[in-house]
Amino acid sequence: MIGEWLDIGWLQEIPVRGSRTVPVEGGEEIAVFRTGDDKVFALVNRCPHKGGPLSAGLVHGHSVACPLHNWNIALATGQAKGEDKGCTPVIPAKISGGRVLICRASTLKAAA
Amino acid sequence: MTHHINRPHLVVIGNGMAGCRAVEELLARDPNRYRVTIFGAEPHVNYNRIMLSPVLAGEKTFDEIVINPRDWYDGNGIELVPGDSVTGIDRAAQTVTAASGRTVRYDKLLIATGSDPFIIPVPGKDLPGVISFRDMKDVDAMLEAADKGGDAVVIGGGLLGLEAAHGLTLRGMKVTVLHLMPTLMERQLDEAAGWLLKSELESRGQTILTGADTAEILGTDHVEGVKLKDGRVIPASLVVMAVGIRPSTALAREAGLAVGRGIHVDDHMITSDPDVLAVGECVEHDGNVYGLVAPLWEMCRALADGLVEAPTGYRGSVTSTKLKVSGIDLFSAGDFSGGDGAEDIVLRDASRGIYKRVVVKDDRIVGAVLYGDTADGSWYFDLLKKQEDISDLRDLLIFGQAFAQGGGQADPKAAVAALSDDAEICGCNGVSKGEVVACIAKGAASLDAVRTGCKASASCGSCTGLVETLLAVTLGDAVQSGPKTMCKCTSFGHDDVRREIVVQGMRSIPEVMQKLHWSTPDGCSSCRPALNYYLLCALPGDYQDDQQSRFVNERMHANIQKDGTYSVVPRMWGGITSPRELRAIADVVEKYDAPMVKVTGGQRLDIFGIRKEDLPAVWADLNAAGMVSGHAYGKALRTVKTCVGSEWCRFGTQDSTGLGVKLERGFWGSWMPHKFKMAVSGCPRNCAEATIKDFGVVCVDSGYELHVGGNGGIHVRATDLLVKVATEDEAMHYAAAFVQLYREEARYLERTAPWIERVGLQYLKDRIVEDEVARDTLAARFWYSQTFSQDDPWAERVAGDAREQHAHMAAFTPIRTEELA
Repeated sequence: MIGEWLDIGWLQEIPVRGSRTVPVEGGEEIAVFRTGDDKVFALVNRCPHKGGPLSAGLVHGHSVACPLHNWNIALATGQAKGEDKGCTPVIPAKISGGRVLICRASTLKAAA
Repeated sequence: MTHHINRPHLVVIGNGMAGCRAVEELLARDPNRYRVTIFGAEPHVNYNRIMLSPVLAGEKTFDEIVINPRDWYDGNGIELVPGDSVTGIDRAAQTVTAASGRTVRYDKLLIATGSDPFIIPVPGKDLPGVISFRDMKDVDAMLEAADKGGDAVVIGGGLLGLEAAHGLTLRGMKVTVLHLMPTLMERQLDEAAGWLLKSELESRGQTILTGADTAEILGTDHVEGVKLKDGRVIPASLVVMAVGIRPSTALAREAGLAVGRGIHVDDHMITSDPDVLAVGECVEHDGNVYGLVAPLWEMCRALADGLVEAPTGYRGSVTSTKLKVSGIDLFSAGDFSGGDGAEDIVLRDASRGIYKRVVVKDDRIVGAVLYGDTADGSWYFDLLKKQEDISDLRDLLIFGQAFAQGGGQADPKAAVAALSDDAEICGCNGVSKGEVVACIAKGAASLDAVRTGCKASASCGSCTGLVETLLAVTLGDAVQSGPKTMCKCTSFGHDDVRREIVVQGMRSIPEVMQKLHWSTPDGCSSCRPALNYYLLCALPGDYQDDQQSRFVNERMHANIQKDGTYSVVPRMWGGITSPRELRAIADVVEKYDAPMVKVTGGQRLDIFGIRKEDLPAVWADLNAAGMVSGHAYGKALRTVKTCVGSEWCRFGTQDSTGLGVKLERGFWGSWMPHKFKMAVSGCPRNCAEATIKDFGVVCVDSGYELHVGGNGGIHVRATDLLVKVATEDEAMHYAAAFVQLYREEARYLERTAPWIERVGLQYLKDRIVEDEVARDTLAARFWYSQTFSQDDPWAERVAGDAREQHAHMAAFTPIRTEELA
């Protein structure tokens, strides 16, 4: 039986207002973010604009600024904010007992 | 008590707040239903554990925190067995056995064992003098230690730890609080409130070390100190561990009851055995465990209803917290951490030390953090618990109940318009509404003009909103928007923020955001890097750098490229290299399969296509050949381009290569408002293209022409001649003064060219050429700052500093569908 959630490590392993990556074999990398208020979010590590690695962006509030051209992406929805239009696939993520979990099915789907 | 004998026997394990409250609730419903026996591990009657802090602080005595005195037990026919802890439960025989050997039979058993302090498993944790903060015995131990004076360390900057620290401070001990997380009480407070709290506690003489990870408790017969993982040692004759609690479940687990994080209970507080109930901090209900008192009361009500067969059920609790440290008002409730669709309403009033944040989602309050003024805490908590629609109150919500509901003034403009002429607008400068309106009437049509005209909002800025409303009320559409603000998070412009940082000696980003009333919890991608730079420039060596506020290139110490890989540029001093360096670069290119090496416009070699995870290894290899980071990624000094000069060139007038090397050795590592390039040309033929650099030297027979403000960027700009000097030393001195003036006065992301066009060349000449004292002072500040900045970031990262930033957190290998079949 395969669990619904994939355990990827301790929350403390992600810097506050930072991000870490999870590569998916045969698919796209996933960026896992920790916000200033200790929430976690996961997105496919690709800006909808020109594919910039969002994991390298500056996390502020519940948004991340793409490191290439400073598009702001809402972490909860993957939607570009402001005048920009575009969306990055979201992978449900949560914290349980200090561990970071991401949704296995969404990971497979987003990475396919 | 023979008349009780035929009633069913309720045995309670735990004489604490939950156990006794459950019995109280039961008695209130049906005093004749059960015969009750309570076992308590402590030799006391029931007392209010959450009031131990005031006992420690000397604000209360033990007698004052007793909830149920001996008379209560006797009067209600309750048998109390104090000082005897239960050691076993036999569910088959329905008996419990205590340490004394005493065994009693139960019809219903209630487990209320509470929680145990969590002791971090470090060497020395069992030394005498290391205690927790949980019961009266701990308080007695602390009081005894405090009588002798000396140093105390409290491990844990949560509610309990801070209350212990407060008590010990009042008792005369020198207290250091060690907290693992970056901010105090991070579960209850956001960063801004945590920072205010830390400042307040520090001003009371406590030392607060955040990010402090305990490695070991030192001592032989008795505790002598605490050693941190970074090697610091803090002396201590008393160590209080207050890092957390966990449900006390050993007894239940041994009895074979279902236990997760706590003892599993249903909505009626019944465990997996229908005759065994549990309540309080030892239980887990619907996945939650609680460490606060309010949920206990709600649980006890549900439990008592069940015991008298009028079940209502427990549905979980929403909690709020207050810190019991006298003089500090702090309130936190619900989920203040935001989330999908949550919006923050923030009010900061630095001069009064007030911070309020209400989190709203779907027109309902989901969380609140109040610091400095908690008067409205219960009002917000009530709105939160009742899930009331606040859309009508929203504009005024943050000002509190009195304002939001007072007189039905739903329009803030109307409220301001209704103020009398002598109402004070700006507390700092004592400016009344009448004076502000008069100033506007005299022609001040912008916020900045009002600040200049009558000083309102010119100091702490907390009245900025009021002044803006007055402008709007007085002028309508004729209001001019002020100078550009730094970003949407603040009403201040870059220059105002810089000035305030220097004047107030601010040292960290949360401090700036608090004192200058930032309107967002943690800024945005434009203000954070700017603030980080302004702080490092204002207080080199004394500010707190925030890596997460640096752009990715400065965080990764390499240039991000369009495909997400990085390029790496090692320093080549003055553009000179050697076989050893070239070999090292060639080896790196082969070893890491770099698809391209390119000579840059600044005469350096740029290695492209390095993967993030390979960066530390690449740097280690380059470091091994003696090369350091070229800072080609930073808002910093990048290159010093040179020609060959008098050493080889038949036209060269001076040793331009030598001066270039000297400049680069002196100036490398310095952070700037933007990228910064230099060049030295050996003659007016200008082969190093010094006249399109931020700082360029053109050597001539009689000395050195110093040029500034050149830019080869989008708008090409040739330099202006600043001054001509006779010696290399003078050239270095002027360079330092110029660079420092740029560092201190240009706005973040403003290159030298637009800066000089904004302030004028004459201004630079006045400061650097005409004013010798200013020149010397600027240069001295520059060289002082350099003593903190000339460390190779590559070497630091290779040594392990934040190395995990480069590695993947985990890897995911999908199981193929054929394997599942």
